[in-house]
Amino acid sequence: MVAQDAHAHAGPQGFIRKYVFSLDHKVIGLQYYFLALAAVFVGMFLSLLMRIHMIWPTAILPLVGEIRPETYLQLLTMHGTIMVFFVLTTAPQSGFGNYFLPIQIGAPDMAFPVLNMLSFWTTFVAFVVMLAAFFAVGGAPLHGWTGYAPLSALTNSGPGEQLGADLWITSIAIFCIASLMGALNFITTVLDLRAKGMTMMRMPLTCWAWLITAILGLLAFGVLLSAGILLLLDRNLGTSFYVPLVVVNGQVMGHKGGSPLLWQHLFWFFGHPEVYIAILPGMGVASQLLSTFARKPIFGYKAMVYAIMAIGILGFVVWGHHMFMSGMSPYSAFAFSIMTMAIGVPSAIKTFNWLGTLYKAKIRFQTPMLYAIGFVSLFVSGGLSGPFLAQPVLDIPLHDTAFVVGHFHLIMGVAAIFGMFAGTYYWFPKMFGRMMNESLGRIHFVFTLIGTYCIFMPMHYLGMAGQPRRYSQFTEVAYLQHLMPLNRFITYAAFVTIAAQVIFVINLFWSMFKGPKASDNPWESTTLEWTTATPPPHDNFAGHTPVVYHGPYEYSVPGAAKDYVMQTDPAGVTAH
Amino acid sequence: MGLALLVIIWLITFFSTYFFVAQTWWLPHGAAKAAEFIDHQFALTYVLMGIVFVAAQGALGWLAWKYRDDGSSRKVEYSHGNTKLELIWTTLTAVLFVGLNLMGSHVWASERFEPAAAGSVPVEVTGMQFAWYFRYPGPDGKYGRTEAKLMDPSAGNDAAIGLDTTDPAAKDDVVTGTMYPPVKREVDITLRAVDVIHSFFVPSFRFKQDAVPGLAIHMHFTPTEIGEYEIPCAELCGLGHYKMHGMLHVVSQEDFDKWLAAREAEKQ
Repeated sequence: MVAQDAHAHAGPQGFIRKYVFSLDHKVIGLQYYFLALAAVFVGMFLSLLMRIHMIWPTAILPLVGEIRPETYLQLLTMHGTIMVFFVLTTAPQSGFGNYFLPIQIGAPDMAFPVLNMLSFWTTFVAFVVMLAAFFAVGGAPLHGWTGYAPLSALTNSGPGEQLGADLWITSIAIFCIASLMGALNFITTVLDLRAKGMTMMRMPLTCWAWLITAILGLLAFGVLLSAGILLLLDRNLGTSFYVPLVVVNGQVMGHKGGSPLLWQHLFWFFGHPEVYIAILPGMGVASQLLSTFARKPIFGYKAMVYAIMAIGILGFVVWGHHMFMSGMSPYSAFAFSIMTMAIGVPSAIKTFNWLGTLYKAKIRFQTPMLYAIGFVSLFVSGGLSGPFLAQPVLDIPLHDTAFVVGHFHLIMGVAAIFGMFAGTYYWFPKMFGRMMNESLGRIHFVFTLIGTYCIFMPMHYLGMAGQPRRYSQFTEVAYLQHLMPLNRFITYAAFVTIAAQVIFVINLFWSMFKGPKASDNPWESTTLEWTTATPPPHDNFAGHTPVVYHGPYEYSVPGAAKDYVMQTDPAGVTAH
Repeated sequence: MGLALLVIIWLITFFSTYFFVAQTWWLPHGAAKAAEFIDHQFALTYVLMGIVFVAAQGALGWLAWKYRDDGSSRKVEYSHGNTKLELIWTTLTAVLFVGLNLMGSHVWASERFEPAAAGSVPVEVTGMQFAWYFRYPGPDGKYGRTEAKLMDPSAGNDAAIGLDTTDPAAKDDVVTGTMYPPVKREVDITLRAVDVIHSFFVPSFRFKQDAVPGLAIHMHFTPTEIGEYEIPCAELCGLGHYKMHGMLHVVSQEDFDKWLAAREAEKQ
């Protein structure tokens, strides 16, 4: 457990080694963070174009031009893919995880610094290849982020399904390799590099979340990588893994005997754990922040750990709930459905414990806490539409409608992004040595919380009324006409919410250079990152190795001098 | 800020719930046998989830305001949790979720495990970019052979699904672009797709099933009301997905017989 000295390495000299090809987990964490920040603005811009096209289908936009139905589907595909891989997988896990996991467990760096650098630059290459799909002949693919075969496996099934689709799947394959390297590094680091006294059950819940997320990534991305390679073979070498005998626009294709459902099974075997890869780190951050700002120990630490584990395990046996309408055996729907309902139980435990943490607390409402509370609200709202979709009979009317879009955006999109905002406002002082502006933070929070509810809650109503998802316009279906006012409302809400993100960007970059200097522990937190200098030195703890005496959330301990006891404080908690 | 949070969270909760309760936007009017139960199960789920939603959001807003740091010397309760409460909560959730699931399962079983009853009306539904075709087997009750190499979507109907007219069983097959089922008869559907995956979605019937190339999926439904119903495609199938739109005219048995006889006559 204390094989740390072997991993210590001297601080690098020179700009390239220090900031570009750095081995320092903190620099790599920031590189991931800024990659995700760039990606989220690309993804958000695409969604804005989509919303505009939905309500003004014939509009000619400045710079962008006309959005045709196929363009809409290309935007949709790239929006989903970029958001899921390069934002929701990248920032919470690889960004914050890289920066703070080693410090929170008292390690000088990740277990494999070179591998860490490699995984970032591999991710970067994947992002460049993904963006290149926009510029391929025929444009980006239109098969959606789920890339269902045969649509994704044939080169003549639509615009963008030629080179664009090859680049898309290649990018995802490269991303899988990067994620596998990252996952190995995270798991090894947690198991081997914990400081003295940092037992597993004394780790902050963020570390537990990053560990379980890494295990999910290790098991899931390997499957997606294989599935992606098979798809590339089907597309380019005439194999038939996913394609049976099909006739596209009168032309008999050369494939025979493949199974379109095979792709769905492989994809969702990755795709469902991916949901938890996106949200578990957010749960960890929310737990950490609720306890810190409520000045109260987290309610049911052990239950929280077991709940994360249960979610991780059950997350691998529920993928079939994406396939109730796919033609899969209706008997297996039963099994997947029960498992899916079961995964609601640990999720409910977590919610209950977050509320329990607030009970009889003394809550400080700094911006990080606002986002943590917003996370809980969104997690509840997004979670409770789950039991509708998890019941096969109710999935009949709701599957592939806007209801699903509302559901997963609230829970794995917006809630996860609230986790990232919470993390950003909370750890910014540690990362950059300065404080972010509180007033701007509050304004940003209010607009973002209300705005995202205004965007995604109405989608549930649209879905109940039968509005299918992935429709570029609603002109062809009569019963969709009366839903147009609601669609317009969503687009207006999207305009406002997206505009409000400018406040965040200004706050982020302004505070980086002009914010007031931060102390080493501005939030009076207890975990190890707050025991070291701000920003932390190259080896995190300036030569000494911390020794841990307590669990992570010892707030308001009776008899203690202050209302928090650092994990490294030898005195303090006796009642525990 | 505690008060502001309470107000914001409660307002969000109120408006979200209001539109569900007022049913401003709701499931379309049900016009098939399955609708009654599915709507019932939907309503039950939504009442239960609605209660949990209001309770959880209400509690969140209230706790944030009630236990804000107001600068007083009030002591924080030093507690690491309560195992008994945790167990009660876990059990309640498990019973609620699993129970809800089991209640809905028999309808799923009757919809999807059982084949169509004898004497139902056979219709083959074929999806292709970007149209639906419907085939009735005719008096012989047998679908004629189709061939991939004969498929010509631009010619429509018979040619679109590649019907081999040299097959005797194909002679009386009727292929149309609009589906005409008789009311209150079970319709025995064979669902196919020729190019990519499509999804046969009839919101008013609470019916949805993907059409998958290489598979012939057997499904059934029973329309209960005469009328015209839309069939929007519900699986992304390419650039024309949004306009892949079929119509379903539910007619009386008498009109159905007349309509089918007229189509048969056209074929001779």
